[in-house]
Amino acid sequence: MQTANLLPLVLVLAVVAYGLAYMRSRAVAAPLGGIRNLKALPVYYASRAALWCAIPALIVLAVWAGFEGKVIQGIVIATLPQDTWPESPGQASLILSQISNVAAGNLNPEFVPEHIAGAASVLEAMESQSENFKAALVLLVAVAGAGFAWTRVAPHINARLNVETTLRRIFFVCAALAVLTTAGIVFSVILETVRFFNRVPISEFLFSTSWSPQTALRADQVGSDGAFGVIPLFTGTLLISAIALLVAVPVGLLSAIYLSEYASKRVRSTAKPVMEMLAGIPTVVYGFFAALTVAPFIRDVAEMVGLQASSQSALAAGLVMGIMIVPFVSSLSDDVINAVPQTMRDGSLALGATQSETMKKVIFPAALPGIIGGILLAASRAIGETMIVVMAAGLAANLTANPLESVTTVTVQIATLLVGDQEFDSAKTLSAFALGMLLFLVTLLLNVIALKIVRKYREQYE
Amino acid sequence: MSDQSAQAEIVRNSLKRRYRKERRFRLYGILAIFIALASLFILFADIIGKGHTGFVKTTITLEVVLDSELMYLDDPTDADQRSMADFSAPIIAALQEHFPEADSAGEKRELGRLIGTYAASEIRDLLIAKPDLLNSTQSIEFPAHDRVSVYVKHPDNSQYSIKLSEQQQRWVDELLEKGVIDTSFNDVLFSRGDSREPANAGVLGAIVGSLLTMLVTLAIAFPVGVAAAVYLEEFAPQNKITDFIEVNINNLAAVPSIIFGLLGLAVFIGLFGMPRSVPVLGGMVLALMTLPTIIISSRAAIKSVPPSIREAAEGIGASKMQVVLHHVVPLAMPGMLTGSIIGMAQALGETAPLLLIGMVAFIVDVPGGFLDSATVLPVQIYLWASSSEQGFVELASAAIMVLLTFMIIMNALAIWLRKRLERRW
Repeated sequence: MQTANLLPLVLVLAVVAYGLAYMRSRAVAAPLGGIRNLKALPVYYASRAALWCAIPALIVLAVWAGFEGKVIQGIVIATLPQDTWPESPGQASLILSQISNVAAGNLNPEFVPEHIAGAASVLEAMESQSENFKAALVLLVAVAGAGFAWTRVAPHINARLNVETTLRRIFFVCAALAVLTTAGIVFSVILETVRFFNRVPISEFLFSTSWSPQTALRADQVGSDGAFGVIPLFTGTLLISAIALLVAVPVGLLSAIYLSEYASKRVRSTAKPVMEMLAGIPTVVYGFFAALTVAPFIRDVAEMVGLQASSQSALAAGLVMGIMIVPFVSSLSDDVINAVPQTMRDGSLALGATQSETMKKVIFPAALPGIIGGILLAASRAIGETMIVVMAAGLAANLTANPLESVTTVTVQIATLLVGDQEFDSAKTLSAFALGMLLFLVTLLLNVIALKIVRKYREQYE
Repeated sequence: MSDQSAQAEIVRNSLKRRYRKERRFRLYGILAIFIALASLFILFADIIGKGHTGFVKTTITLEVVLDSELMYLDDPTDADQRSMADFSAPIIAALQEHFPEADSAGEKRELGRLIGTYAASEIRDLLIAKPDLLNSTQSIEFPAHDRVSVYVKHPDNSQYSIKLSEQQQRWVDELLEKGVIDTSFNDVLFSRGDSREPANAGVLGAIVGSLLTMLVTLAIAFPVGVAAAVYLEEFAPQNKITDFIEVNINNLAAVPSIIFGLLGLAVFIGLFGMPRSVPVLGGMVLALMTLPTIIISSRAAIKSVPPSIREAAEGIGASKMQVVLHHVVPLAMPGMLTGSIIGMAQALGETAPLLLIGMVAFIVDVPGGFLDSATVLPVQIYLWASSSEQGFVELASAAIMVLLTFMIIMNALAIWLRKRLERRW
């Protein structure tokens, strides 16, 4: 039976267990003179039965479903004759896909070598066996759990305590999922990155100035090595992010100042949500806008002034990205500006300073650390942004500071290297994970610094 | 005395300059807001301007004689005959009825290019479904060729019309006058999946894919997020582990979304061997991505429940868990729902991580379940926007409008929920 069917089945069983335990607890309580003589309400006996039924079964199901594919593949490969064992992981995946194609009926078994056809039948048998074992085990565990809970419906047992402790543990696991996710990210990028550095020395990755991740099919092909220098990607990322921040910081900051210090309540309550709409627009929409409207516009304007502009200029991507992070900068600066105590404002105004002088000489310096924190957060967002640059920036890794030329970024390369079918083992694929690691570390660093600054600043005035 | 008045003089003289500065500063603020609002306006205007034609389809209605001799076909049920038959011949013949002077082979070919490339297979499918229509005359509505469609929709734009030859342009003008070529609401857009031909492509497949993916995301992220928020706010002891969890959640909220794609690729596909391109996988990746948003907003909602409620419940003997589940969580629910809807709207617009886990495949069929290959709306927009054909750019803008409509509905729902259900203490 398939996982997709087993899952609802287990849930139904849990509901049944709930109902049965509920009735059982009432039946136990009846001769004693009603449910007031139980240690806990019937609901708790019932909930406990449902939990006992579902949780172990779901754990078994998750573990089995998570690893059955890999285990079966390993066994199938092991049944192949010794001389046809795959020499590399790439070959292994090739053989496996051949075997599974035969097993699924997409490939006629007569057209493949005999050992593959044999393995296909082994695979088929294993898969159906695994399905059966899985279904049987999961249902057995569910029924056993419910049965155990059934025997524990007794007046002297406090089911409420059990239920509450279990729920608390479940809540803890949910909270800890964030840690697991982080661990998963670190694990997935580090593992592949280490494999990448086994092929390409780390010094070349960090300090070489050329990037062209083509690896050849044949060893003797021209340019077969590929170049994996991250510098042009990083300068491209920085160029686009810098343009974005040049747009977003003045616009965001000034509009935050105006809205918090000058604007009437009515203007504030309409302008603010409308500006926040900018943050809600999906990035793919910005990408579309940048690639099909802004970039051609910039090229035409540049041509009119007599400049050469690429149709995928860094400027277009940067400008649009800047617009995207305006609300981010403005809402963060708004928070910080509002956090400056009113007494400082009043003091400055009482001395005869104008509002703008108060802003520039008193509030802004006081809010500066917080604003810088906000800008760092915005920068980390700009560096990690993918869709705008995938659609509007180019693929060629140019080492340039000219915003009218096309550059590429770390995120663009990750996306293009990993979209579509890829062999899991080439330096080209692995390099995407190394780039991901770099991106993760840089954004993490920016975030940690920014959060530290913001928090420290908040403590100052609280 | 004179000293003071001299100082006052200096201040008075500088006043004008200072007020000027004040006004300038104020102007900068207004300018900044104007820039932000103007870009929003330009963005919307641009997309609507590009995309409104995507909701219109161009059709050519022809009286087609399904002549068996023309098609070299006696028996439509015979697959061998069908593979040899020429189903486009009757269409060209029907067009020639309108232009008897177009007789050379070249002109016939040009005529045939007025009709979408799938027209012939449409006739084949019709004959397979109803073999007795052979040798009858049918009035059939065909989608026009992409270039004709663009020409009809943008008659003034020379950039688009040059794609048709001058003769074709004359034909199209004449057919338009006769009412043979007509435009109507593009129902194909909402009833089909993707296609290689803009006239046959729709967003239904992507909408269903998005829906399935979002269901998985919601089913995982909402309960887990609420449970995590409840734990951190109500049960977590003050210790290192709790601190570590909190730091992790805050950092995850700022991790670039494409990194979650790497996680999905390496862990879900690489380690657990999950199939690519399926809504379950996309939903799981997006759930991990939206979890921090949901946790953070749920915590804020729980925090806003006043302690008096907890104290009252504890006072009449409720256990900690009963206080939380019977009182705090129901009261915080509107805030949690609002935060979750906003998180889901974010997930609905997310593209980057889905590119890495194979949801960019070209998929024609509308997905029927959680384990069918699927694509989602934003990815569909990306695919169409990267296509060079004008017809797809139009469709991409139309799809953006559909996506934005969904997001506006979700955000409006969140606002409504907040206004309707939120209690002020």
